Amino acid sequence: MIDFEYHSPTSLDEAFSLMDQYGDDAQVMSGGTALVLMMKQRLVQPGHVIGLRKIPVLSSIASDGDGAVRVGALCTQRQMETDPLVRQSLPLVADTYSKVATVRIRSMSTVGGGLVHGDPNQDPPPTLIALGASVVLSSKGGERVVPVEDLFIDYFETDVQSGEILTSVLIPQAPAGSGAVYTKFLPRTADDYATVSVAAIVDADESNNCRDVRIVLGASGVTPIRAKEAEALLRQRPLTEENIRASAAAVKEAVDPLDDFRGSADYKRQMAEVFTRRAVTQALSLGR
Amino acid sequence: MDHRIRLKVNGADHDLEVPARRMLVDCLRYDLGLTGTKEGCSVGVCGACTVLVDGQMVASCITLAVTADGADITTVEGLAQDGKLHPVQQAFIDHGGFQCGICTPGQVITAKALLDLNPDPTEEEIKDWMMGNLCRCTGYYGILESVKNAARTSQEAGR
Repeated sequence: MIDFEYHSPTSLDEAFSLMDQYGDDAQVMSGGTALVLMMKQRLVQPGHVIGLRKIPVLSSIASDGDGAVRVGALCTQRQMETDPLVRQSLPLVADTYSKVATVRIRSMSTVGGGLVHGDPNQDPPPTLIALGASVVLSSKGGERVVPVEDLFIDYFETDVQSGEILTSVLIPQAPAGSGAVYTKFLPRTADDYATVSVAAIVDADESNNCRDVRIVLGASGVTPIRAKEAEALLRQRPLTEENIRASAAAVKEAVDPLDDFRGSADYKRQMAEVFTRRAVTQALSLGR
Repeated sequence: MDHRIRLKVNGADHDLEVPARRMLVDCLRYDLGLTGTKEGCSVGVCGACTVLVDGQMVASCITLAVTADGADITTVEGLAQDGKLHPVQQAFIDHGGFQCGICTPGQVITAKALLDLNPDPTEEEIKDWMMGNLCRCTGYYGILESVKNAARTSQEAGR
């Protein structure tokens, strides 16, 4: 690894000044699981690394009204799996984070770091998009709120601009009575990235008509993908096996997977349909 | 560029000057001579380099030593107390928990972290927790047996 200078600001203002001072030669680091690996491989070679872990305001988890939870960007993925408030208010979120890599990696990697990394194979984004979560991007000049759905622009590219730090994530609860699942297809090893993954939230009324539905896929393209056409085939319609099949089939048109050692693009496209069908069916059974 | 850091490792304070790119595993092994911690894959996947930083497991091969400044670190050398092996270490000896031994320090630290949190884990919980520590000799049944027995002996000792 090329050597660099490490900075450990204790406030956001100090972090912004350092970012200002070193510009493109600086990288912001939280848990470091992604950045350190990229630096080892010399994919990035910053002259300055600005570590955020000593900024205390970034590590809190608190309720934010209506069951929503605001999570500081520096909270570890392990905290999301174990925190009592997250487990109680956002069981889908706790379950999704428990499926990330290994407990050792979850103890190091952070919620905000994972999001700004922009890797489309990660587990949390589909769940956060399905729940309608948003992030706060702070900069010297103020802050802006971006839905997680709009955060990912392209392969490892996000809407985070130079001078901005992702400081928190606001995660709303799934609608009362809805069923929610995150399924991860893991044909290789239990600690792998998904071959395809699906987050599904189904809100059905008493006669099994679909009030609302969210279907979001991971590892199925250059960003997480919300399958809006597939959702439209279910919304305000009866949740019959036939309709769920038709909806899942529509997912094949929404995804654009990459060929890699986890499967060919064609195989992943077919698995996207299969796992969407399973996810929606399971979410339906978990509701009410 | 060199940075001054202070680490508490197995109870002893160390003031060090390390380059920012120094990995924690190298700092432990080369700067402090604690060669019990092994480096396997160098990318955080295999678990051989697992140590506890403020009680949390980390992959020391992808942890910058500078980010551990001020932390309390436990390595495999810190488990035995007054010449007596930790129950996990004793169980690995008694139940064939290792073959070639390179993954063992990481396995032992990971098992200790599990039992600190959950003194009476089920077999499934052990498998789930230990999943991120690879054994290239494939001696997993011995490891599983060792962790189960370590839990049992710790519980009996605690009674």
